[in-house]
Amino acid sequence: MITLSSYLILSAILFAISVAGIFLNRKNVVVLLMCIELMLLAANTNFIAFSHYLNDSAGQVFVFFILTVAAAEAAIGLAILVVLFRNRRTIDVDELNELKG
Amino acid sequence: MTAEIITMGSLNIVTAMPEIFLLIMACLVLLVDLYLPAEKRQLTYLLAQLSLIITLVLMLMNPVTHTTLAFNEFYIHDPLSQVLKSFILIISFGVFVYSRDYLAQRNIFKGEFYVLGLFAIAGMMLMVSANNMLMLYLGLELLSLCLYALVAYNRDNAKASEAAMKYFILGAIASGMLLYGMSIIYGLTGSLKFTDIATAVATGTNSAQHIGLVFGLVFIVVAIGFKLGAVPFHMWIPDVYHGAPTVVTVFIGSAPKLAGFAMFMRLLVEGLGGLQADWQQMVIVLSVLSMAVGNIVAIAQANLKRMLAYSTISHIGFLLLGIIATTPDGYAAAMFYTISYALMALGGFGMIILMARKGFEAENIADFAGLNQRSPWFAFIMSILMLSMAGVPPTLGFWAKVAVISAVIDVNMVWLAILAVIFSIVGVFYYIRIIKVMYFDEATENTPIECGRDMQLTLSTNGLAILALGLYPAALMALCVSVFK
Amino acid sequence: MENLYLAIPLAPLVGSVIAGFFGAQIGRRGAHTVTILGVAVSFVLSLVVLYQHLYQHAPAVNATLYNWMIVGGIQFQVGFLIDNLTVMMMTVVSFVSLMVHIYTIGYMSDDLENWPKDSLAGVNSYQRFFSYIALFTFSMLMLVMSNNFMQLFFGWEAVGLVSYLLIGFWAVRPSAVYANLKAFIVNRVGDFGFMLGIAAVVMYAGSLNYADVFAKAHLMSTETMSLFPGHNWNVVSVICVLLFVGAMGKSAQIPLHVWLPDSMEGPTPISALIHAATMVTAGIFMVARMSPLYELSESALSLVMVTGALTALLMGLVGIVQNDIKRVIAYSTLSQLGYMTVALGASAYSAAVFHLMTHAFFKALLFLAAGSVIIAMHHEQDMRKMGGLKKYLPITYWTSLIGSLALIGFPGFSGFFSKDTIIDVVHHSTTGGHGFAYLCVLSAVFITAFYTFRLFFLVFHGEPRMDAHTKAHLHEPPWVVWLPLIMLAIPSVFIGGFTIGDVLFGNYFGSAIYISPHHEALAELGKHFHGAWAFMQEGFVGPAFYLAMFGVFSAWFIYMKRPEIAGVIKQKFALIDTLLVKKYYVDELYAWLFGGGSRLLGKGLWTFGDVRFIDGLLVNGSAQLVAWFALVTRRLQTGFLYHYAFAMIIGLLMLFGLGLFR
Repeated sequence: MITLSSYLILSAILFAISVAGIFLNRKNVVVLLMCIELMLLAANTNFIAFSHYLNDSAGQVFVFFILTVAAAEAAIGLAILVVLFRNRRTIDVDELNELKG
Repeated sequence: MTAEIITMGSLNIVTAMPEIFLLIMACLVLLVDLYLPAEKRQLTYLLAQLSLIITLVLMLMNPVTHTTLAFNEFYIHDPLSQVLKSFILIISFGVFVYSRDYLAQRNIFKGEFYVLGLFAIAGMMLMVSANNMLMLYLGLELLSLCLYALVAYNRDNAKASEAAMKYFILGAIASGMLLYGMSIIYGLTGSLKFTDIATAVATGTNSAQHIGLVFGLVFIVVAIGFKLGAVPFHMWIPDVYHGAPTVVTVFIGSAPKLAGFAMFMRLLVEGLGGLQADWQQMVIVLSVLSMAVGNIVAIAQANLKRMLAYSTISHIGFLLLGIIATTPDGYAAAMFYTISYALMALGGFGMIILMARKGFEAENIADFAGLNQRSPWFAFIMSILMLSMAGVPPTLGFWAKVAVISAVIDVNMVWLAILAVIFSIVGVFYYIRIIKVMYFDEATENTPIECGRDMQLTLSTNGLAILALGLYPAALMALCVSVFK
Repeated sequence: MENLYLAIPLAPLVGSVIAGFFGAQIGRRGAHTVTILGVAVSFVLSLVVLYQHLYQHAPAVNATLYNWMIVGGIQFQVGFLIDNLTVMMMTVVSFVSLMVHIYTIGYMSDDLENWPKDSLAGVNSYQRFFSYIALFTFSMLMLVMSNNFMQLFFGWEAVGLVSYLLIGFWAVRPSAVYANLKAFIVNRVGDFGFMLGIAAVVMYAGSLNYADVFAKAHLMSTETMSLFPGHNWNVVSVICVLLFVGAMGKSAQIPLHVWLPDSMEGPTPISALIHAATMVTAGIFMVARMSPLYELSESALSLVMVTGALTALLMGLVGIVQNDIKRVIAYSTLSQLGYMTVALGASAYSAAVFHLMTHAFFKALLFLAAGSVIIAMHHEQDMRKMGGLKKYLPITYWTSLIGSLALIGFPGFSGFFSKDTIIDVVHHSTTGGHGFAYLCVLSAVFITAFYTFRLFFLVFHGEPRMDAHTKAHLHEPPWVVWLPLIMLAIPSVFIGGFTIGDVLFGNYFGSAIYISPHHEALAELGKHFHGAWAFMQEGFVGPAFYLAMFGVFSAWFIYMKRPEIAGVIKQKFALIDTLLVKKYYVDELYAWLFGGGSRLLGKGLWTFGDVRFIDGLLVNGSAQLVAWFALVTRRLQTGFLYHYAFAMIIGLLMLFGLGLFR
């Protein structure tokens, strides 16, 4: 039997990986989008685990919504990415610093 | 209508009529716009404005004698939501008025702006009326996704797309953190509903559970701090305000602050009020940092949009002061501050829109030089707005600052009040500089200011309202106080 | 009913706003029509209210119309207290104002000549003038109708502001600019005391409302405050003295009288309306309104009485040596204000207000008549260049005669009833200093008669001394100028005799004025009062009458019969003459002491405190520090996404630290 804490530790690790990915990655914006998905997955894992151990379905319902929203979010994120590429011919995070100060 | 009776399990759709109407209209505008030729685009605009007005009427027709729940207690209708939603609608109406000429001049007068705007407004209204973490999250995402798209609305502008990208990434991180925090709170309290969470927090938590709750709380504070733009979660604000088209900046800078305030009230005060002692500490730090960074960095700005962005950050610091007091009067003061700020931001960015024309964004402070010679009236309006932001009597901003500062003094945090006063004095510098530039510097150009009557009228009303509310602050203050009775 | 009251002050305000902001559009005719209409509305409505109070015995109304704000439990309101005192003031103010408005049409018709050709301020100056006087009427009505200290203060400052604007109306003349600055600054001194008084009222009574304050007056009179250790002062006395300092400023009592003679730089209608008939009486009105407080403080009453007596005598003396026609009347105003103040000190508030009313009519009349002379003389104001105007200006002559007789208190004229009562009341008074005050007011009767008829004889009788050109163009001004003279002459004759019975010895004021049982000098007089006719007959045998007659005779003898005597006297008493011409050197003293002293102090503070310490170290130093800090902090906003995300993570960790390890 897998305990609740195992799930929580897993999700914490997922969360940490995603955060690390966000500010270690200096190259590609697409990787950032992937990291964000990972962060949402960490939250999802938490919700499902709690939902199961609490015997309460609300958490699982929440996860469905999160998945839906994540899909929409990815769509918008990719759309912005396309616009960005059209304008600047690059999607390097390092070159994304025209606005500063 | 039998909305007075709270019935478990009933949908109570009538209560949520304004939101339902607004969503239907948003879809309708989307469809209508699809079949409209470009020269009849005005219809989209008018339809959008009409839906805002009718939504407002529908909401004001729905009296708030007491709290009413709907959609299986996911949706709450109470004085707080009534007042905040009214102001969200009024301010959005102003934003739409300001947008028309600006978009038309740049050949981007498309229906999408209004469709996205309407959805964003619906998102804000849902956030304000959320009685459940799921609802709050959905409202927040509906708002945020629309705003991301709006920032990139002018798709040929490199700055705008960069701003959109930054906003999107950081916003997504923030909502990821919000979800993570929510999942922990859910796990420890066993519910998504704010009232149940409050009960669970209040009735006995052992120290391990308490640590767990605080762990979740931190993530939620981060998300709220991001949404409001408190230091150190403020980094997106200057870049997004600067990069986005000014009509989008005015939208992001005004109404969503009200939704952010509601998010704070719902999550931290209604839901996690039991952890007040814990989050109060965190908010004090955010508040002081925001006032300091916002006011100081604003001084170094030459770009007016960026300067106002930093000023936003400092104002967030001030409005948090009211919440820090954790008294009904303090909450009322914070709400008063939020509403005042939203009105001032609307006017301040509105002035930039007024001055701008095709190929000239008027976003530098130098562009306001000698405005008094070109248009004494709008120089006067801008002066009112700047004085109000600086907190000089007899404008609305003065009373807002007085309210929050006296709220913290009432709970014996005099040191915080003194800091606030010092930072507001620092802030006066850059606001007054605008007035100096307008009245004493020579105009670099003298093309007449051209824009529609509706825009001039609304902007004048906006400015004068700030003066009038400053002269007669009692009514608005009483409204805010009555919400927290 | 409240709407009616509200309409009284608002009607002139509307007129003022229209004439002021749309003067260019509506033109001269539009401007004077709209303001006169506004003032006429408030006059008619004031009459309606007067009728209700006099004949229908309407009760006093104390109504709050609007709650502006509540701060710390103290309510700031706009409200009206309409009792018989207010009603009288409203009627007088709106009537005199209406007359002055009509008169102004004639007086200002050639105002364009007073401005340099390319002067911007000269554009639409006519409309602006009407806007100002209508605004003044609004402010004055707000002042007298107020039911609380805040609105009183509002009206007080607003009339001060309009007075400032009007004294300096001809802003291209340096003398006008100095005069309005002087008026403003001297009034600030009085206002400072006034504000302290109001602050003390708020502190000890906890309310701004008259009714609340008066209800607590007795309680306050038992309290003491100590500003300096070891000196305990009665709270009510402190409040009364402070409020009276305000009244000294506005009603130009010694030592704050210096601004009033200089205010004659303004156009003559203003001198009539503001600096004679109404605004300067605001101080008198205020003290009368505060009678429930003043009655509790013997020391304040003594101060009031002595100040008034000194003003009445000393200012009258200065009037004798003036040669400017308007300045003579200005000094007479100072002297008459002194009379009113003396009456206040003797607890005869109703006598003071009664004299205020009669004085408003005959003094406005005298000023407007002087204005009529000035118009005829093409803006020449020196009496030495006039003379023999009787046959050219018959209407002005006769109305001036009426005004002068009223001023010197000739039995039967309105001034007689009020002034004689004041003299008698001071005689019977028990307030400290009443003996001195009696001497002063009695000798002032002689002086008043002397300078009044000196003016009268110099202007209207004797040989014409003007140049031929002026003389050839002498004629009576148009009807808009002489009609107000006649309209004002009527009450100058009759109002005193008609109303003395009710106002002074009847129960006209009712509860509006409170007099403590220890101060019943006026009631004492009332026991011997058997109607206006008998009062008048007694007047012929009193000392005041003979003094006045002697004054008139002396003036005639010195300036008509034997004009060379004047020069002789001037030489014999050169010292006194210089003292009077220099107005007791008060202006010089103030210029040296306050002007020079504060400049010295200011310069010292400027070089050491401001330039070196504050500017150098605090302001520029801290500004440079902040600017440097701003530039450094700004670099944190690098523009790189991962730095932004990093900042968020740092924030997250910081909050963890705060939440988990505290």
